[in-house]
Amino acid sequence: MSVFEELKKIIVEIKDIPEEDIQLESKFAEDLEADSLDIVEMLMLLEEQFDIQIPEEEAAKLKTVKQVVEYVEARINENA
Amino acid sequence: MSGKTVLVTGSSRGIGRAIALQFAQQGYRVAVNYYDNPDAAPELNQENLQQAQQVLKEIEAAGSSGMVVGADVSKSAAAQEMVDKIIKEFGQIDVLVNNVGINKDQLLLRISDDEWESLISTNLSSAFYCSRAAVKHMIRKRYGRIINISSVVGVSGNAGQVHYAASKSGLLGLTFSIAKEYGVRGITANVIAPGFIESDMTAGFSPEQRSKMLNGIAVGRLGTPEDVASVAVFLASPGASYISGQLIRVDGGLSSL
Repeated sequence: MSVFEELKKIIVEIKDIPEEDIQLESKFAEDLEADSLDIVEMLMLLEEQFDIQIPEEEAAKLKTVKQVVEYVEARINENA
Repeated sequence: MSGKTVLVTGSSRGIGRAIALQFAQQGYRVAVNYYDNPDAAPELNQENLQQAQQVLKEIEAAGSSGMVVGADVSKSAAAQEMVDKIIKEFGQIDVLVNNVGINKDQLLLRISDDEWESLISTNLSSAFYCSRAAVKHMIRKRYGRIINISSVVGVSGNAGQVHYAASKSGLLGLTFSIAKEYGVRGITANVIAPGFIESDMTAGFSPEQRSKMLNGIAVGRLGTPEDVASVAVFLASPGASYISGQLIRVDGGLSSL
């Protein structure tokens, strides 16, 4: 499953919103109404799913779906 | 059978043991944590292990099941490892009781840095490490009960217990904040403040200390570990699901220290 697909699945689970509402451009706070705990939980699940670590200072910079997807893909490629 | 699981830190004896046994009687699977320090004398770890195994036997005699897990939970890595082991075995930790605690009465002027750090890490940091590790799993299930065992001394302070009282006060802030942060994830957090309870900690009191203590207790007796355990079990029960961020004194109506 692609990072985007996985992230969508996680957001649907956490926020209980329809999958089609989640776009690459979506901003977590403004568009998806995700609070800091939602985002922490989301990143935690991604860390587990893809066996990566997202340091706190990096996590704080991730504001959109696209940023997370790109960040996680970069970490996966580093591990590969 | 409740089908739920509980981890009680420091449950090889005293109040922790009573809590472990009462949860077992309610059908919980119980993880019995005992103090295991790789740097300590092997006989000491062995004695703690035997006590924990005895608790497990009693859990099984009550018709439930469990596991013993040795760890020095005042250390971050050991606490994390312990939680990982329990998750591997049980699949979940529904209830976490941060009970582990030590005491060493001393006047402020005589408390060494090592004694201060030892009490803070054992009594307070352990609850932080275990809560952090357990909450990670609890939020996924949208269910969790965290019960911290503080002390009346943590609420009112006590001469000769600056470090002990500070560590026990710290548990209040930890509890209240977890309650606020994770309430939306189905996790409640509460803190019990026992008064004078018959345990290793009060066993060393002189007859004079004992009678002075009794004078201040409205119900006229020391508490038992079971008195504390039944409140912990209640706080994890469905009937207490709307109680969160609360301090509950179990002190027999203690008027003053």
